[in-house]
Amino acid sequence: MEVIVLESIDWSQVNWSRGQFALTAMYHWIFVPLTLGLSFLLAFFESIYVKTGDERWKALTKFWMKLFAINFAIGVATGLILEFQFGTNWSNYSWMVGDIFGAPLAIEGIFAFFLEATFFAVMFFGWDRVSKKFHLFSTWMVAIGANLSALWILVANGWMQNPVGMVFNPDTARFEMENFWAVLGSPSALSRFTHATSSGFVLAALFVVAVSCWFLLRDRHKLLAKRSIVVACVFGFISSVYLAGSGDESGHIVAQAQPMKLAAIEGLYDGEVGSGLNVFGILRGDKQLDDDQSPHYFALEIPYALSFLANRDINSFVPGLRDLVRGNEEHGIISVEQKMQNGRQAVSALAAYKAARKNGDEGAAQTALRDFRAHEQHLGYGYLTHPEQAVPPVALNFYSFRIMVALGFFFPLLFAVLFYYTLKSRLAHTPWLLWLGVFSLFLGYLASQTGWIVAEVGRQPWAIQGMLPVGVATSNLTTGAVQTTFWMFAVLFTILLIAEIRIMTRQISLGPEEE
Amino acid sequence: MIGNLDHATLQHLWWLIVSVVGALFVFLTFVQGGQTLLLTTAHDDVEKKLIVNSLGRKWELTFTTLVLFGGALFAAFPLFYATSFGGAYWVWMLILATFVLQAVSYEFRTKPGNLLGARTYEAFMFINGSVGLLLVGAALGTFFTGASFTLDDYNRVTWLHSLRGLEAAFSLFNLSMGLFLVFLARVLGALYLCNHIRHEDLHERLRRAVVINMVIALPFLLYVLVRLVTMDGFAVDPASGQVTVESFKYLKNLLGMPVVLIMLVAGLLLVIAGVVMTGKGRSTRGIWPAGVGTVLTALSLLLTAGFHGSAFYPSAVDPASSLTIFNASSSHFTLTAMSYVALAVPFVLAYIACVWRMMDRRKFTTDDLESENAKNLY
Repeated sequence: MEVIVLESIDWSQVNWSRGQFALTAMYHWIFVPLTLGLSFLLAFFESIYVKTGDERWKALTKFWMKLFAINFAIGVATGLILEFQFGTNWSNYSWMVGDIFGAPLAIEGIFAFFLEATFFAVMFFGWDRVSKKFHLFSTWMVAIGANLSALWILVANGWMQNPVGMVFNPDTARFEMENFWAVLGSPSALSRFTHATSSGFVLAALFVVAVSCWFLLRDRHKLLAKRSIVVACVFGFISSVYLAGSGDESGHIVAQAQPMKLAAIEGLYDGEVGSGLNVFGILRGDKQLDDDQSPHYFALEIPYALSFLANRDINSFVPGLRDLVRGNEEHGIISVEQKMQNGRQAVSALAAYKAARKNGDEGAAQTALRDFRAHEQHLGYGYLTHPEQAVPPVALNFYSFRIMVALGFFFPLLFAVLFYYTLKSRLAHTPWLLWLGVFSLFLGYLASQTGWIVAEVGRQPWAIQGMLPVGVATSNLTTGAVQTTFWMFAVLFTILLIAEIRIMTRQISLGPEEE
Repeated sequence: MIGNLDHATLQHLWWLIVSVVGALFVFLTFVQGGQTLLLTTAHDDVEKKLIVNSLGRKWELTFTTLVLFGGALFAAFPLFYATSFGGAYWVWMLILATFVLQAVSYEFRTKPGNLLGARTYEAFMFINGSVGLLLVGAALGTFFTGASFTLDDYNRVTWLHSLRGLEAAFSLFNLSMGLFLVFLARVLGALYLCNHIRHEDLHERLRRAVVINMVIALPFLLYVLVRLVTMDGFAVDPASGQVTVESFKYLKNLLGMPVVLIMLVAGLLLVIAGVVMTGKGRSTRGIWPAGVGTVLTALSLLLTAGFHGSAFYPSAVDPASSLTIFNASSSHFTLTAMSYVALAVPFVLAYIACVWRMMDRRKFTTDDLESENAKNLY
């Protein structure tokens, strides 16, 4: 793309498009984690029913199933916008990487969505139309289908964070897939999948716990509540331990593929050998990239932990924002300024290549192509206007990350305590713990939303890490058009969310059908 | 085997696959058509409940097929995905918005505390089945009439009409296509409900709806067909990629691809056969011939648009910017990989058919509204 593009980017439009994407993604992610986890809990509950033949387990399954269905509908609704938005608002992105990115989305449709949609109808309406065993099979299929959907979209997202398995084709001026298995099996994709799905399991467990605690506080449906809590706590505990492990692995992968993101998450400006992990701190608001003041008003650190997280070596060097932007010769880090120069060289070589091809000058085309190949590694940087643009928002990442991690440590503890109190039959008489159980649901939503903020805001300014900045990825739209659709969906989703919450709370207060 | 296919063959194969998915979607819009029948055909709440729940077992299939249609286009023809969705912004945004409204309506309509009231959710369903389908039809029409966009050297789209796609609905051909789709969906909806529900009074009215909506749909269909075989089309030279306007292009396509022509004629005859079977006769199985007929008809139209050296998404202002299956497709590697994935499609279709049969073995009746599972109903 010509260098001229830089001046013609309508940043207000880009930011509204980002806002719209964030809006739909965050709304979507209110509903999806519950679907991911609750579908498995339904499968557990129903398996116990089929095994024991106890009708009360069936009533319990049907109760949670109804809440599942209400949540599922609105998850589907928000997901539709998310998929098509790649085309509507990020059309240049869609063309430039559609060759790679489109495939997981199509596979998701073929393998996962139909599984979910087909067996959902059996699970929900088939109680008296199919055999007990086939019904149970369908419930399991819904759970597997739901989680497979997550796999493919997270493969796509993982690829955006760490683009692998592709090559730039100068003739079509886009990235093309070279290795399908590299895209599917990339560590970023897999860690994202395990981390996101297990966070869904934890959230669903918190949901079941919260509703059950509420019943116990009201002294209603006690058997259902206790049974649900036991299953949810076991599932939640195992998932949250796994979640913490996959989080650690995610951190390690981010350090390798997106060091700038890690530095922003840590508020680390100057890299160090044997770097400590910031447990909590307050960021200094007036900290600039090049000044020498400490980035934090105060900071609580675990010595060497960041080096270990990043490189699995407590004495390794972790680069800070200043190293990554200004360069650090000692550690072999190229400055963003240099990368921008390389990028611009790649962009103009590409233009020269295309012009030469158009004029039929093969010799000049080959020279330009060699020039392009020599610099294409930093292609995306050619679109930046100043080096500081390469730094994602620090404060938002720093605090979001800390909230997510702190809650990630709290949840397994909560599940363990709840489980213990239930086994000792003391839970119903411990109101503070019941209230904590209810309240923790909100913490669950907070943790899962902040998780996505870290993942996506931390990727800025890139749509595709290092390759395509958001400003170039967007569609050719007026700001007004995007503002209109932003507000259209903001109002629509908010109304539907309010309706959904009201319906949910009514269904919860109505309780299970029979006892 | 797939790995040895050349790029052009894969591009044809993928246009065929995308067209099949699109054609299945058109058949599955019986759900949308059924939604619009709520207003005219159901006389009381019991009948409404029967219709909503009958459709409610299938709506997600339609929805998922739409999503797959989008996903398959993205994977196989990313330039179309980028150009059309990014260019015809408003038409797609409005279509999507009507599907968002639909997605919550089944679940929320009769639930206590639903904020907006049952009538509003029924209105949402109607909007999805009318405005939504009309715009889908108009957008499909642009496969023949073209749209007003240009692409630069880097394939970035510039849309030249300020309505960003909505202008499609003001062309008589596209509008007719849209209206035909709306009324065809109503025909299919009535046929499906006749087959799925057992209820004397409702059957009577559904049969009438089948005939009336078919009669209304016919003029639009005729107009579309007459224009299609007389209009200028956009031809592409596969060797040079040059796109030119050619008179009677689509007529030539049909004559040049006799199989497609036979599909079109057979499809239309099957639709009529289905309408006669259930609308005029006593059979409740008219949905099957009409359904197969719809798939064949839609498939033949999509193949006419994309095969036989045609630009499937022409630019009416700059023929050189037109999209063809050759210039809009993914790379050879991606199409090959996706073809392996597509081998799973028959299995998916098989389990859908299997579950469909299992769930519909017994007709849906008012007894179902009072069974022990009635609380699960929409």
